[in-house]
Amino acid sequence: MSGLLVKQPGLLSLLHDRGRYGAHNLGLTTGGPLDGLAFDWANRLLGNDVNATCLEISFGGLVIEAERNTSFVITGAIAPCKLNDETIAQWCTQDIKTGDKLEIGFTSAGTRCYLAVSGGFDIAPSFGSSSTVVREKIGGLNGDKLQSSDHLPCSGDSLAAHCFLAEVDRPVYADFARLRVVPGYQQAAFEPLQQWRFFNTEYRLTERCDRMGFRLEGEIVHSNMVGMLSEGICHGAIQIPADGQPIVLMNDRQTIGGYPKIGAVIPRDTAVLSQMTPGTQVRFEAISIEQAHNIHCLEKARFERSSLQPC
Amino acid sequence: MRIEIAGQNAFIVYFAEQTSAAVSAQIQAAVTNILASMQDSIVDLVPSYASLLVIFDLDRSDHFAVKQQLRAALTNLDSVDASAGSLVTLPVYYSAESGPDLEVIAARSNIGIDDVIEIHQQQEYRVYAIGFAPGFAYLGEVDERIAAPRLATPRQKVPRGAVAIADRQTAVYPAVSPGGWNLIGLCPTRMFDPGKNPSMPVQVGDRIRFSAISRDEYIDQGGEL
Repeated sequence: MSGLLVKQPGLLSLLHDRGRYGAHNLGLTTGGPLDGLAFDWANRLLGNDVNATCLEISFGGLVIEAERNTSFVITGAIAPCKLNDETIAQWCTQDIKTGDKLEIGFTSAGTRCYLAVSGGFDIAPSFGSSSTVVREKIGGLNGDKLQSSDHLPCSGDSLAAHCFLAEVDRPVYADFARLRVVPGYQQAAFEPLQQWRFFNTEYRLTERCDRMGFRLEGEIVHSNMVGMLSEGICHGAIQIPADGQPIVLMNDRQTIGGYPKIGAVIPRDTAVLSQMTPGTQVRFEAISIEQAHNIHCLEKARFERSSLQPC
Repeated sequence: MRIEIAGQNAFIVYFAEQTSAAVSAQIQAAVTNILASMQDSIVDLVPSYASLLVIFDLDRSDHFAVKQQLRAALTNLDSVDASAGSLVTLPVYYSAESGPDLEVIAARSNIGIDDVIEIHQQQEYRVYAIGFAPGFAYLGEVDERIAAPRLATPRQKVPRGAVAIADRQTAVYPAVSPGGWNLIGLCPTRMFDPGKNPSMPVQVGDRIRFSAISRDEYIDQGGEL
């Protein structure tokens, strides 16, 4: 099947649908796009199925050549994008023709771009999902990140009409974020003073941030747990090991672990965190489960309400 | 039993402070009940030593509805038979060649290598949890005489099928990986095969026995050295 030919894979480009669910019982993690919002927008702009497979391009550096005519869109982090050496806009559907060259340069604001094509990439699911988890060697093309000369099969035709998302409706990728947290798990094992510290100081992203987890540094926080049994870890869980420095566990986390956790960052905000770079800062904010549900419903309604502009 | 928030779409249920065969059986019964009555809203379940993580779909249900259904699904778990769960026998080629840490474990307790091998086979283990890597099953509990702490420096490369001990847990490595557990033998059974259905020979709650095989039998059953 024809599709796109990878000329330069970039630093870390991975095929993903929304993620692998229902396989934790085998020890398989979720995978899926780190920034689910930018991913969802990419599919919506093309009128794709919500779970269609896209390419997550971390930090940019991708060059591809089209082997067929189709339409595409690039959402997420801001990066210089060129079609046959002409600058093109992001968040805006475009056509690509056989032989055309598409380049996504290095990201300048945010770190994850999403490239979607009409109909999505045709990747056979494994364990119910196309998402690539390199550590598990599962999903995508042979369970690996993109390599030069890989073929990304796709079969969707060019769109009849093009559209874009107005700039005012797009996410902003900043150097500071408030991460909203639903307290839970071993929260009670953190004394009030420890919790106060955790929720009232800034934490800096370290260099050790990847798809498994984001390691932060700042005020040291301790729990009074002495040894605990390994237990299931949900997406966004904030683990605080003996060194007192928090780790926000992301899409490729191990499914079980034995460190105390103070709660979990809501998915909307792990998406924000995933777009940030080492050295930038975050602050955690405790919210109630009702607030978390409100945010989920509001954001969902907003996504559905935001209209696409014709171009 | 305690039900705590894990995240905006997840609960963690704590069944006990410590693990045991009875607790593990309760957790298995809870999994069965939840799968039967809450299938529409549940995305993933992660049973572990003394807890169960319940992840639900926030577009199909909500915290409050799921909590109520969970409470109902978590009743009548005590009548469960702790010996339920399939019995799976895993063959092991125990030797100095396949188990480089046998000698250290024997020396710790002042027993012979043959005793370590014998004691490892005497116990019926339970699959308490699956995680760390696809197909990695945590089995407990190992006899205290052959329990051994993790290596101070983990190995860069543990072979697929390595049978290992860490504290009072034992496991079979499903794939080549780094690892800090003590290696005592090799098992030819694939613990995780993505091309097979089911992809794992065991699941949480199963009972496991190990049974010694010779070098030749190990090779015949597809083992590699």
